[in-house]
Amino acid sequence: MAAWTRRRRIPVSRIVVLTLFLIFVLAPLYWVFVTSIKPSDDYLAVPPVWFPDHPTMVHFTAALFDYRGLQGLVNSLIISISATALSCLVGTLMAYSLARFNTGGQHLSFWVLSQRFLPPIAIILPLFLNYRLIGLQDTHIGMILAYTVFTLPVGVWMMYAYFRQMPRSLEEAALVDGCTRWGAMWSVGIPLAAPGIVAAAVFIFIACWTEFFFALVLTSRNAFTLPTVFRSFLSFQGAQYGEASALAIVSLVPSIILGVLVQKHLVRGLTLGAIRG
Amino acid sequence: MAEVKIKRLHKRYGNFEAVRGIDLDIPDGEFTVLVGPSGCGKSTLLRTIAGLEQISGGEIQIGGDVVNDMRPRDRDVAMVFQDYALYPHMTVGKNIGFGLKARKMPPAEIASRVSGAAQMLGITSLMDRYPRQISGGQRQRVAIGRAIVRNPRLFLFDEPLSNLDAQLRDEMRGEIKRLHQEISTTMIYVTHDQIEAMTLADRIVLMRDGVIEQEGAPLDLFERPATMFVAGFLGSPKMTFLPGRLARGGDGAAIVLGEGSTTVPLPADRALDGIGDGAPVVLGVRPEHVMRAREDAAMPGHVRMQATIDLLQPTGSRSYATFRIAGTPIVAELEAHDVSRPGEAIEVDLNLNRAALFDAATERAI
Ligand SMILES: Nc1ncnc2c1ncn2[C@@H]1O[C@H](COP(=O)(O)OP(=O)(O)OP(=O)(O)O)[C@@H](O)[C@H]1O
Ligand SMILES: [Mg+2]
Repeated sequence: MAAWTRRRRIPVSRIVVLTLFLIFVLAPLYWVFVTSIKPSDDYLAVPPVWFPDHPTMVHFTAALFDYRGLQGLVNSLIISISATALSCLVGTLMAYSLARFNTGGQHLSFWVLSQRFLPPIAIILPLFLNYRLIGLQDTHIGMILAYTVFTLPVGVWMMYAYFRQMPRSLEEAALVDGCTRWGAMWSVGIPLAAPGIVAAAVFIFIACWTEFFFALVLTSRNAFTLPTVFRSFLSFQGAQYGEASALAIVSLVPSIILGVLVQKHLVRGLTLGAIRG
Repeated sequence: MAEVKIKRLHKRYGNFEAVRGIDLDIPDGEFTVLVGPSGCGKSTLLRTIAGLEQISGGEIQIGGDVVNDMRPRDRDVAMVFQDYALYPHMTVGKNIGFGLKARKMPPAEIASRVSGAAQMLGITSLMDRYPRQISGGQRQRVAIGRAIVRNPRLFLFDEPLSNLDAQLRDEMRGEIKRLHQEISTTMIYVTHDQIEAMTLADRIVLMRDGVIEQEGAPLDLFERPATMFVAGFLGSPKMTFLPGRLARGGDGAAIVLGEGSTTVPLPADRALDGIGDGAPVVLGVRPEHVMRAREDAAMPGHVRMQATIDLLQPTGSRSYATFRIAGTPIVAELEAHDVSRPGEAIEVDLNLNRAALFDAATERAI
């Protein structure tokens, strides 16, 4: 109760440090934003234009429609959301099995993580050739599968760590109470692991949303994702700063929405293990 | 309602054998308490009965059914865990009704059973709270409510009171005893608190290193311990062990304590089958069998000695006084005003009629 009534004094040094940090983080973002609404002449003007006299939306329409940014956005949403859902579903089951049944003994869990040690560039060529062979190249399904496989190791590892620190006795109580093994997992294990699963899901989503390399190689005109669109802003005619900035702003929107939605869970999911550990 | 029969039960974890051949028959309706030091396999035994651990050998029967390969849910037992294991994401009411819901009972009946159990435990006002919003004692009640609402044929408790403070523990202990008297379902209760064991049990099963050291009614174990281990485990303060040698003479047997400085005669009716003269033995004396000398001469079977009190621990109603016999510290439970300060020299009587005698080599009772 005391903490409620007593007003906390925040030290000046902390305010200074936090302000500097905020400027450090937000200044580039601000620059991207103003660039996206500047007329083209203002991009590189000296002195710099801090805020344009005549803000314009032309870069947004150009980026979204002329450069097919909207298509990229839709593709990215389809692919990232599907891959996240799939990766979470498979990953949760894998992590649960590893943590609760010690599947594969001591080593399987580490082997799963070790799959991420392989640099993506080592597999991109065989992947590309095989995708072409079986017709997955430049398809949504192909990208969803690639991203699922690509994000599983870290996702599994995150959820595995979470399940491991959850006491077993809750699920055991459920078993004795009358649940099947499967029932105990669904009605007790998974709900309690929700913060950990949400944290893993956010991590996976962001990894998919920002992925460039696989998308660049595996897609072309059909299933191309948002990051690959940025490529077309650098052409021999010069850099389309306004369009690039506009699309960058657009691409931030889903991340921000996601962040707001899951913020509460995320913080708990990332810290719970540490506190209880 | 069910009896439990356990035959030659073994449980191995890798190379380590936590339960090493246990035979146990628990009649219907009995309150059995498993006690023993930490790591002796009490929880493991309980968990094999619940079906939470696969057994490595032997057989478990509940109510006549061999349950070796039966899933926990089919065994129709209820378990109360040490950490309560309440589902944090469900309200108290949902927690209690969870088992019934898992068994597909109609909601109306669940509601009536849950409120019945809540009434019985006095937690009706907590039904909409979450486990984190109630106190430790209340959590304990909810955990018990979750068990009784199912009306199982067997209750299992794994140290249910060990997380409570002393006062609450006394209170809940009484309630569990009352619960058993009301519903008289078979109960198996694990604890390492010997007071809980003595007060609750119809029968105590004392375990050590994965085997049963002795089982029987609480007073049987207390008064006629089969081994030094049992004698030392039950009773607080502990029984004092005085090592010595048996001296068999014409006018009865005696024990020469320590280096030979002190000799205590044994009561004439004390049976000493097969123990030869000079055999190393251990005399076990409980604190309550030492008292301040009041009569002029010691009563039959009592031995009078001088005692210089080293340490005095008054509890209010009684005082625990420590002194030495032949170099070994011994605790006496005296009346509050028998001794006033450490250093005082008094005369005490040792009641050997009720003292225990053990073979020093085998540590078994003579
Ligand atoms: N999952 C396990 N893997 C390996 N060894 C185990 C496992 N569970 C228990 N043991 C070991 O089995 C032995 C018995 O454990 P158990 O939990 O039954 O002891 P306990 O009598 O309940 O002790 P306590 O009073 O401390 O609860 C201990 O030595 C323990 O280390
Ligand atoms: Mg235990």
